[in-house]
Amino acid sequence: MSDLAILGSILAAMFAAATPLLFAALGELVVEKSGVLNLGVEGMMLVGAVCGFAVTVQTGSATTGLVVAALAGAATSSLFALLTLFLLANQVATGLALTLFGVGLSALIGQGFVGIPLEGLPKLNIPGLTDLPVVGQALFGQDILVYLAIAAVPLVHLFLYHSRAGLVLRAVGENHTAAHALGYKVLRIRFLAVLFGGAMAGLGGAFLSMDYTPMWAENMTSGRGWIALALVVFATWKPARVMLGAWLFGGVTILQLHVQGMGVEVPSQLLSMLPYLATVLVLVLISRDVARIRLNAPASLGKLFHPDA
Amino acid sequence: MHSHAETIPPDAAPPRLELRGITKRFPGCLANDHVDLILKPGEIHALLGENGAGKSTLVKMIYGVLHADSGVMLWQGKETTVPNPAGARKLGIGMVFQHFSLFDTLTVTENIALGLDEAGPMEALAERIRTVSERYGLALDPARHVFHLSVGERQRVEIVRCLLQDPKLLIMDEPTSVLTPQEAAKLFETLRRLAAEGCTILYISHKLEEIRALCSRATVLRAGKVVGACDPRQETARGLAEMMMGAELAIPERPPQAQAGAPRLSVRHLSTTSANPFATNLKDVSFEVRAGEILGIAGVAGNGQAELMAALSGETLIADATSVVIEGTAAGQLGPRARRALGLAFVPEERLGRGAVPELSLSENALLSGYAREPLVRGGMVHFARARAYAETIIKGFNVVAHGHRAEARSLSGGNLQKFIIGREILQRPKLLVVGQPTWGVDAGAAAAIHKALIGLARSGAAVLVISQDLDELFVLSDRISVLFHGRLSDSRPTHETSVERIGLLMGGLFGTPPDEDGEIVRAV
Repeated sequence: MSDLAILGSILAAMFAAATPLLFAALGELVVEKSGVLNLGVEGMMLVGAVCGFAVTVQTGSATTGLVVAALAGAATSSLFALLTLFLLANQVATGLALTLFGVGLSALIGQGFVGIPLEGLPKLNIPGLTDLPVVGQALFGQDILVYLAIAAVPLVHLFLYHSRAGLVLRAVGENHTAAHALGYKVLRIRFLAVLFGGAMAGLGGAFLSMDYTPMWAENMTSGRGWIALALVVFATWKPARVMLGAWLFGGVTILQLHVQGMGVEVPSQLLSMLPYLATVLVLVLISRDVARIRLNAPASLGKLFHPDA
Repeated sequence: MHSHAETIPPDAAPPRLELRGITKRFPGCLANDHVDLILKPGEIHALLGENGAGKSTLVKMIYGVLHADSGVMLWQGKETTVPNPAGARKLGIGMVFQHFSLFDTLTVTENIALGLDEAGPMEALAERIRTVSERYGLALDPARHVFHLSVGERQRVEIVRCLLQDPKLLIMDEPTSVLTPQEAAKLFETLRRLAAEGCTILYISHKLEEIRALCSRATVLRAGKVVGACDPRQETARGLAEMMMGAELAIPERPPQAQAGAPRLSVRHLSTTSANPFATNLKDVSFEVRAGEILGIAGVAGNGQAELMAALSGETLIADATSVVIEGTAAGQLGPRARRALGLAFVPEERLGRGAVPELSLSENALLSGYAREPLVRGGMVHFARARAYAETIIKGFNVVAHGHRAEARSLSGGNLQKFIIGREILQRPKLLVVGQPTWGVDAGAAAAIHKALIGLARSGAAVLVISQDLDELFVLSDRISVLFHGRLSDSRPTHETSVERIGLLMGGLFGTPPDEDGEIVRAV
C-alpha cells in the first residue's frame, strides 16, 4: 500500500471510530443541558449494542435492528428517569447502577449470540468521488450511521440554540425553579431529554456491534460510554467541540492500531491506553478556561427537582 | 356590597380580581385562612404582612403556581380558576418575582421569550422589547446576557416581560429591596403610569415608607388571615408595622458613640482578581473599623459586596497578607478558622448554604461556628449537651421562633434563621463582626431586634461592619457610611453629615461628580 492509501484508510477508519462516541456524547449533551447527569451511558450503549445485534441476526433487517437498538437504549434510560426524576433518587448513584445493570443485562441477552458474524452495514459508493485519493473513502465511502452521527451535530446545535424547545430545555437546565415558576413542565422536559440520550447511546452501541466490529462480545463498548461522558464536559457542552473530541479519540485509536501493526517495541496495553489518555489530556487543556465552563455548564446539573418544594 | 356578578349595577365596573374565602393548607400550617381581597381596575394595592403571614402563598395562587384548597376567585366579575402560570398570563396577570426567575447564561431576549407563550421570531421580539422599554423608560439591550446586568436591569427584564403581554394585573413581590433609591423612584414612575393606563398593581413590600408613597389601598395579612385594610397614605409607617405585627414595634435607638477605640480591622489597598466571569473585582479598597463603632457599606448588589465579604472572611485569600489586618495581625493569608481565632465573627448574606446548613439541626448549626470560641468540642469529640445548651441560649436570647434545638435550619423563616445566626455569632463575644445584608427579606419586628443586637454589640466595645443594600437600615445602624461601586469604595462619611440622596447618588456611581441639571443619573457602565 502506498503512503497515500494508508493515510486514506486511517482517515476513513477515524471517522468510523469516532461515530459511537459522537452518538453517545451528543445524546448525553442534550441530557446534561436539561440539568440531568446520567452516568449510565456505558450501560445504555451495551444494551443498544446487544439488542440491535440480536434483532438484526433474527430478522435479517439492519433497519429494524437499529430502530430496536435506539428503543432499547431509550427504555433503559427510562428506568433511570423513573428513579431520578419521579422517585428523586440520587442521579450519580443511579447512573452508576444503570451502567452495572446494562453490563449484566446485555451479557444475559447476548448469551446465544456470541461468535455469530454479521455482515455490517452497506457502505456508500459514488463512482468517481469514493475513488478519490486520500479523502475519497473517508468522505464518500462510509455507511449511513457515520453520516447520521455527523449530521446530528448541527441538528443538535440548531435545536438547542435556535429553536424554542431548545431554549426551554436550556432554561430548565439553567434554573429549574425559575422555569417551573414560568409554567414549564420541568420533569416532562427532562424525561424526554433522558429518553433522547438513551436512544442516542443505543445507536452508538449498535454501530459498534452491527458495523464497526460486526459481532457481539460482552463489554464490547470497552469504556466508550465513559469517554463520551468526559467529552461532553471537556467540550464545555458544545456540539462542535464534542465532534472534534470524538475525531481526536478516533484518530488516536486508529493510529495506535497502525503503530501496533508496524511492530513498534511498545507494550500494546500502553498503546491501547493512548486514545483515552490523549482525548482527556487535550480536552482538559482546551477547557482550562473557567469562564467558558461557567458560561456553558448547566447550573442545575445533577440537582434534584421537586415541583412543590 | 354585592354577592353575585349579575347584581352589579351597570355603571360600576366589576373589580379586576376578587378573592373570596381563599384557604390553603400546607402540612403543619394554615398558610391562608379564608382570605378575601378585592382589587379595582387601575389601583396600586399593597399586600402587607410579616414573613410567613401568607403573602407569597396568596399571590402564587393568583398566578397559578399553587392551587387553593377552597375559595372562589373572580376575574373581572366572572368565576375563574387559574390552572397554571400560562393560564394566568392568558387572563392578563403578570408577576415579577422576588427572586428573579431569570436565566443567567441566556440573553435578555431569550429570557423574555421564555416568559411569553407566543414569542415569535427572536428578531421581531427584540424589536418589541426595544419599543416597550423605551415607552416606559426602562432602558434594556435585548442582546446582552443576563449575568452582565445589574440587579436593577434584571428587574427591568422581568417587568418588560410582563408588559409585553399587556397585563391587566401586575403582581410585584418585593420589587425595590435590591434597587438604589433613584432606581426605585424610576420604578414608581413606571408603575404609576401603568396604573393610570388602567393596569391594576398588587404590590408586596416590607418598605412601609414606599407603600405610603405609592399605594392607595392596603390589605394586611397576619398568620394567614386578613386582619385589616387601610389607606396607607393616612397611616404612619409605624402604624402599618404594628398592624402587621399585631403588637407594638420597638424601634431601636442608637445611643451616641462614646469614643471610637483602636482599629480592629484595617483594610489597605485591597484588590482582587477573580477567575469567575460573573465576579466584580475589588480595586484598591481601603477602610478601617474601630472598636465601638458601626461602619456601613452601601451599594447595589453585584458591585463587589460578595468579593469583599469573601476577602474579609478568609474564603478567598489575598496575596498581600498586610492588606487585611485584624487586631493588628496581617490576616490576608489566613483562612476563616484562623481569622475567627483572632476575634472575627461573620454573618454571610446567604443564610441557607453559607450561614447555616439547611439540613442540619439548630444545635448542629450552632456548633459549626461556635466551637471555635465556645467549649463545645472536647478531645476531638462533640460535646452534644453543651451544643444543645448553646443553641437553646441563642433561641431564648434572640427570641427565635423554632421547634427547639432539633429543628432543621431550613424549617425556620428567614427572619428567625437570621436571628439565630446573628445570635450564634454575637454570643461568641467577637471583637469584630462582619455582617452582610442583616435584614434582607426579614420583617419589621425581627429587623428591629437584629438592629438592636448589632448596636448593642458595638456599644459594648466590638467593631461592627455592615454591608447592606438597604439604605434605611444603614442610616439606622451606622456611625459612618461608605459606598461600594464597581469594586471601588468611596471615602466614609459620618452618618449625620450625609443624606439618603447623597449616598444614593454614590451608589449609582457618581463619585465626586454632581448630578447634571435635570438631576438625571448617569450610570457609568
